Amino acid sequence: MLKNVLKATVCASALVVSAGAFVAPAFAEVVYNRGNDTDPTTLDHHKTSTVAEGNLMRDLYEGLVVQNAKAEVVPGVAESWEVSDDGLKYTFKLRQNAKWSNGDPVKASDFVFAYQRIQDPAVAAPYANMLYPIVNAEAINKGEKQAADLGAKAVDDHTLEITLSAPTPYFLELLTHQTGYPLHEASVKQFGDDFTKPGNMVTNGAYMLASFTPNDKISMKKNPNFHDAANVQIDVVNFIPFEDRANCLRRFEAGEVQSCSDLAYEQLDYMKEKLGDQVHTAPYLGTYYLPVKVKKEKLADPRVREAISMVIDREFIAKEIWRGGMVPGYSFVPPGIGNYPNPVFLPYKDMDMLDREDAAKKLLEEAGVAPGSLSVELRYNTSVNHKNTLTAVADMLKNIGITATLFEMEGTGYFDYLKQDGDFDIARAGWIGDYSDPQNFLFLFESQNLGFNYPRWSNAEYDALMKKAETTVDLDERAGVLRQAEEIFLKELPAIPILYYGSGALVSSKLSGWEDNVMNVHPTRFLSLAN
Amino acid sequence: MLSYVLRRLASAIPTMFIIVTLSFFMIRLAPGGPFDIERPLDPLILENLNKAYNFDKPLWQQYLLYLGNLLQGDLGPSFTRRDFSVVDLFSTGLPVSIQIGLSAIVIALILGTTLGAIAALRQNSLTDYGVVGVATLGITIPTFVIAPILSLAFGVMLGWLPAGGWGTWQHMVLPVATLALPQTAIVARLTRGATIEALRSNHVRTARAYGLPPFVVVVVHTLRAAILPVVSYLGPTAASLLTGSVVVETIFGIPGIGRYFVQGALGRDYTLVMGTVVVIALFIIVFNLIVDILYALLDPRVRYD
Repeated sequence: MLKNVLKATVCASALVVSAGAFVAPAFAEVVYNRGNDTDPTTLDHHKTSTVAEGNLMRDLYEGLVVQNAKAEVVPGVAESWEVSDDGLKYTFKLRQNAKWSNGDPVKASDFVFAYQRIQDPAVAAPYANMLYPIVNAEAINKGEKQAADLGAKAVDDHTLEITLSAPTPYFLELLTHQTGYPLHEASVKQFGDDFTKPGNMVTNGAYMLASFTPNDKISMKKNPNFHDAANVQIDVVNFIPFEDRANCLRRFEAGEVQSCSDLAYEQLDYMKEKLGDQVHTAPYLGTYYLPVKVKKEKLADPRVREAISMVIDREFIAKEIWRGGMVPGYSFVPPGIGNYPNPVFLPYKDMDMLDREDAAKKLLEEAGVAPGSLSVELRYNTSVNHKNTLTAVADMLKNIGITATLFEMEGTGYFDYLKQDGDFDIARAGWIGDYSDPQNFLFLFESQNLGFNYPRWSNAEYDALMKKAETTVDLDERAGVLRQAEEIFLKELPAIPILYYGSGALVSSKLSGWEDNVMNVHPTRFLSLAN
Repeated sequence: MLSYVLRRLASAIPTMFIIVTLSFFMIRLAPGGPFDIERPLDPLILENLNKAYNFDKPLWQQYLLYLGNLLQGDLGPSFTRRDFSVVDLFSTGLPVSIQIGLSAIVIALILGTTLGAIAALRQNSLTDYGVVGVATLGITIPTFVIAPILSLAFGVMLGWLPAGGWGTWQHMVLPVATLALPQTAIVARLTRGATIEALRSNHVRTARAYGLPPFVVVVVHTLRAAILPVVSYLGPTAASLLTGSVVVETIFGIPGIGRYFVQGALGRDYTLVMGTVVVIALFIIVFNLIVDILYALLDPRVRYD
C-alpha cells in the first residue's frame, strides 16, 4: 500500500514537473477567459443593474428559477412550484440538495432575507422595483411598511410562499433577474458591506468568487457544493472587462480570451472573413420603430401606413447602416421572447422588394393617394445612425412617389416632444424590454399609455385584448390573446417596426454550448471548453 | 540643504489644500451625479441612494466631511466601484502603474541619453540623422497608435508576447515599450541638443586644453552639464508616467490607476476623481522637489542655503 502511495506521489510529482516545463497536463483545470462589457459597480447583487453585472451574478448565484442556455425558464433552487388559480400565490418547493458554497443548505429563509433586504430603503437598490409585484414590496421600499410585512414567507426550510398584489403572468421571468437571487444571511450579517470580498462571499451558484482585481479580472472557481456540480465542465472562469471592443477582438485573435461580450461592428466584415462563424449576431430584446401620427388626415388610412412599411428595405438598413448591429424587424414583439410561442410577423416579410414596391403602389392607389401628392416629415434625434436610417427610408419612399423630408432634434427635447403629443408625421423610437414578456412591448400602445403611445393611436379591440391578457393566468391562452393584439397592431401599423436590436459576441470554436438567445444570457455552467 | 527640503515640503501643504478645494468644487459643477445612469432611477430609490452617501447634506458639510477624512488618510468610498474604497483601489493599482512607469523611465533614460550623446558627438553624420529621424518619428506617433500596432504585431500575428492582460513579465514588455518609445525619443533629442551646447562651453574647452582624455571630457564634464535639461524634463514626466497611462492601460488591459481618472470623471465618481487628483498632485510635488535636489548635486552653480 505504502509503496503504491509512494509510486503515485513520484509519478504525480514527475508529471507536475514535466507539465510545468512543457505544456499543461491532461488533468489541468479548464480555464475560461470570458470577456465582459465592464467591471461591476459591486458584487452585491441588490445594488447592481447592468448587463455586465447580470453576467457575473448569473454564475455566482442561482435563483428559484433560472434561464438555461436558450434563456428558457427552468427550475433553479426550486424544483417545483404551484400557482394559485387566481395567479396571486406562488408556492415554491426548494430542492433538498441545494447548498451554499460553504456547505450550508440553501433555505427558504435565505430568499425571504434577500427579498426583504432589497426593499430596505437603506440598501438603496436601483432595481428594487423589479420585485414590486410582491405584496407590500413598494410600501417597504418607501419606508411605509416593515420588512416583515413582505408577501414572501418561509413556510419551512424548503417551502417558500410568495404572494403578489396582482396576477403577474411573467413573474417567473422576473425571478430570473439578479434581483431574484437569494443571499447567505449569516455572512451578510457577519461582514456587513464587506460580504462581497473574496474569502467572505458565500454564493449558491455554479461558481464562487476567488479574486477581484479592478480593471483586470474577476476570477471564479467552480463551486463544489453546487447541486449540479457534476455537470459543470469549466473549472475556472475569469471575467475580463473590455471597455473597448477592439481590444477584446485582439485578445480573442491571440487566443487569450475565448469569448467577447460585444462586437467591434466597424470591423464586422474583417471579423466575418477572419473568424467565420465564431462571430455571433442575434436579435436582442428590443425594437426600433417609426411611430406614425395616425390622427393626421394624410396618414389616417392604414393602407398608406402599410404602403410605407412595405417599401422600407429592412435588410439594407440593418446591413449597410447598422453594420449588423441591428437585425431586420417585421413585428413589434421581438421573436424569441418568453411566454410567446408562434410569434406573428408582417405578411410581406419574405416578399421580394420589387413585388413589395408594386403592392405598395397599388395600396396607395386604393387609398386615393396620387403619386407625388403625399409629403411627410421624418423626425429623429441627433445621431449619425438615426440620420442615416431615416435618410435611407426617405429614399425608399421616393420609389412609391412619397416625398419625405428630414428633421433633426436634440435628444432630451426630442423624447419629451414625442411624449407631449408633438406635431410630427413620422418619427423614430426604440424600446428595450425590461423582462422577457410580450406585454412589456405591447403595453406601449394601449390608448391610456400617454407616456409611450407617441402615435396617439387608440383601438378599443386592442385595449380590450390587453386588459384580458392581464387577468389570463393560463400562459398559452394568454399568449394567444397577446398574439391577437399584435395582429391588430401589425394590420393598423400606428408604428412601423423596422429593426430588432441585436446582440453580438465572439465565441471561440473551442467553446461549446453557447446558444444565441434574445436575452443574450449564457451561463458558464452550460458551456464547455475543448483544449 | 535639509532645511530647504523641509521648507519645500511645508509649502506643499497649502498647495495640496488649494488643489483639493478647487477640484472638490469643480467636479461638483459638472452636470449630473454618480447615480444618473442611462435609464433614470425611480425618484424614491435615488433619494435612498443620496441619503446613503451623504449627498442630501449641503455641499459645505460634504466638503468638511471630505477634508476631515482626508486628514486621516481616508479617501472615501468609490461610487462606481462600491466594493472598494478609493484607498483600496490605489493600493492595488499604484504598484502596477509604478512598475510599468518606472521601467519605461529607466529605459528611456538609458537609451535616450546614450543615443542623444552619440548623435551629438557625431553631429551631422549619418548616425546623427538616423537618431534624429527616429526620435522625430517616436515623438510624432501617438501611443494610441503604437499600442494597438505592437499588440497586433507581437501578440496576434507573431504570437511572441501576450496581446494584453497582466500577470507575468511577458505582459510588461509591450506596454513598457509603448510608453518608453516616445520618452526615449524626447530624451534623445534633449540630450543631443544639450550635449552639442555643452561641447562648445568654456569649461569643456578648458578640460580639453588641460589634455584630459576624451572619455573623461565627455562623460564627466559634458554629460554632467547636458543631463540638466533631461532631469528637469523627467521630473514632471516621471510623475505622470508613474501614475499610469489611460491609453496604455486601456489598450493592454492593465489594472493600474491610469484609467481611474477618466472612469471616475465620466461616472461622476467624485471621491475617485479627488483621490486621483491628490495622488497625482503628490507625485508632481515630490518629483519637482527631487529635480531641484538633483540640480544642486549636478550643477555646481546651484546652491540652496
